[in-house]
Amino acid sequence: MPALTMTEKILAKRLGKAPSPGEHVVVPIDYVYMHDGTFPLALRVLREMGMEDQVDPGRLILFIDHAAPAPSVAAALVHQEMRRFAKKHGVRLHDVGRGISHQVMVEEGYARPWRIILGADSHTVTLGAVGSFATGVGSTDAAVAAVSGKAWIRVPEQVRVRLSGAELPRGVMGKDVALKLVSVLGANGAIYKALEFQGDLEALSLAARLTVSNMVVEAGAKLGLFPVDELTAKTLLEKYDVEAPRLYPDASAEYSDELELELGSLEPLVAAPPRVDNVKAVAEVEGIEVDQVFIGSCTNGRYEDFVAAARILRRHHVRESVRCIAVPASRRVFQELSRDGIIDVLAEAGCVVTYGTCGPCLGAHFGLLGEGETAISTSNRNFVGRMGHRDSKVYLASPLTAAAAAVTGRITDPRSLI
Amino acid sequence: MSLVVRGRAWVLGDNITTDHIISGKYKYSKMGRLEDMLPYVFADVIPGFYEKVRPGDVIVAGEGFGYGSSREHAARLLKMIDIGAVMAKSFHRIFYRNAINSGLPVIVAKRVPDVTEQGDIVEVRIEEGIVTNVTRGVVERVAGLEEPLLSILRAGGLVEYVKRHGRLPW
Repeated sequence: MPALTMTEKILAKRLGKAPSPGEHVVVPIDYVYMHDGTFPLALRVLREMGMEDQVDPGRLILFIDHAAPAPSVAAALVHQEMRRFAKKHGVRLHDVGRGISHQVMVEEGYARPWRIILGADSHTVTLGAVGSFATGVGSTDAAVAAVSGKAWIRVPEQVRVRLSGAELPRGVMGKDVALKLVSVLGANGAIYKALEFQGDLEALSLAARLTVSNMVVEAGAKLGLFPVDELTAKTLLEKYDVEAPRLYPDASAEYSDELELELGSLEPLVAAPPRVDNVKAVAEVEGIEVDQVFIGSCTNGRYEDFVAAARILRRHHVRESVRCIAVPASRRVFQELSRDGIIDVLAEAGCVVTYGTCGPCLGAHFGLLGEGETAISTSNRNFVGRMGHRDSKVYLASPLTAAAAAVTGRITDPRSLI
Repeated sequence: MSLVVRGRAWVLGDNITTDHIISGKYKYSKMGRLEDMLPYVFADVIPGFYEKVRPGDVIVAGEGFGYGSSREHAARLLKMIDIGAVMAKSFHRIFYRNAINSGLPVIVAKRVPDVTEQGDIVEVRIEEGIVTNVTRGVVERVAGLEEPLLSILRAGGLVEYVKRHGRLPW
């Protein structure tokens, strides 16, 4: 038996043998999901192919999360169509307020180790943090997978990313690890590749791992897989009542490339506009004024992210010149935060709080930017015009760094406030 | 559909994202109606693109074309605008899949993009794996596509393939 990587193990389990990188294989999938941004085109494809009635309700999952609740009549019509479709075909629909798809996929236990999952969204790679072979596709691929239960994939080359360091330094979060990774790889540095994380994983909580896996697509990667160890299995069981089988690579598995990240020397980072790999130390951009702060998204909308932000917002009010928008990724996250008094902390500090929408991250709704405005955001992309006007700017950062900017009105090293 | 494309080049640089092709703002204000989004293709990067582009024109780009969102609208809209092919030094994988599924020929070339200027005539032979800058007389041999991707492109996209053959290619 040859030594296998995690990517090879998951594929070999389905195919009966480990395929080689570069090979095209057809694999069965466990789930395919779509949201209100990608569903309309998928439905159009299904209808054009005459296959709408053949969708497999056991495999397809729908989410209303990108513009939720509907900010326009056009969005409302899409949502209506999704509800009609779900009812007609018996497909599971997670409606307005349930949460952002990638977060809910974990909470509901759809995403588990060893599963193969496609999502009609590029950040589907988030689920690699719980050991799912999960990657983004377009609407046509998703529509076809919803009918056939299969997809063709190109087997990716696998890269080992070795993390070293017992814990993250003070003021450093999973987001800083993700930004460092993207800056080292570059925006095109991992195109078509599977990144497999190994080494000192105890330093990263499950929430931090989800943030790191979420952002591997910003280097072009197809997968960002973490081993499923005690920490992940325990968290999934305690939080979501999910029994997770372990997943590890074989010790002597071979990789096409290897990369090492030393966690102990990390400091708070930002990705300066207009590229995610344009990463700088906070110290290099300290003092830049911000008009808006967004804490949320599939990257950083989890419980731990708002607890971190609250460390600063508990003792300082949001500056008058700043709009601070806080959007927990799901209703469940909101309820956990509410139970522990964190929602009150955010509101008392002056944040606008809602939950369960992707809205601000992609400029869909709930806080777009005007001409010449600057935002600091915990989301994953800072492209030209991403969050609003084409002459607005977005700096990406951790929830701690975002909260620090909310209270000072300028990009600020969060270590000065915690 | 012939897999030989000859047309005027629109030259773009590295890291052209799906947000550059069609911004999420337009996508969410139009919510899925592709026809309504057409005038906004490349709106933030090439002013007047929609008015100036002609059927069969070829996009010639650098590294990392199609980075970003999975929105298939990006590939579909380029196809609807009658772009003949996209040539780039590398593609992000979701865009690449979406392009083939939409019937939009895509080809990786490393040298021709460097010598191509806006408006040059370029030719792309997908099956043979040959790209040529006709204006400058530069020919490059590149990797062709394999099946079933060629069959999907020949049919004009996956939807057309299924309509014609009554089944998926796999």
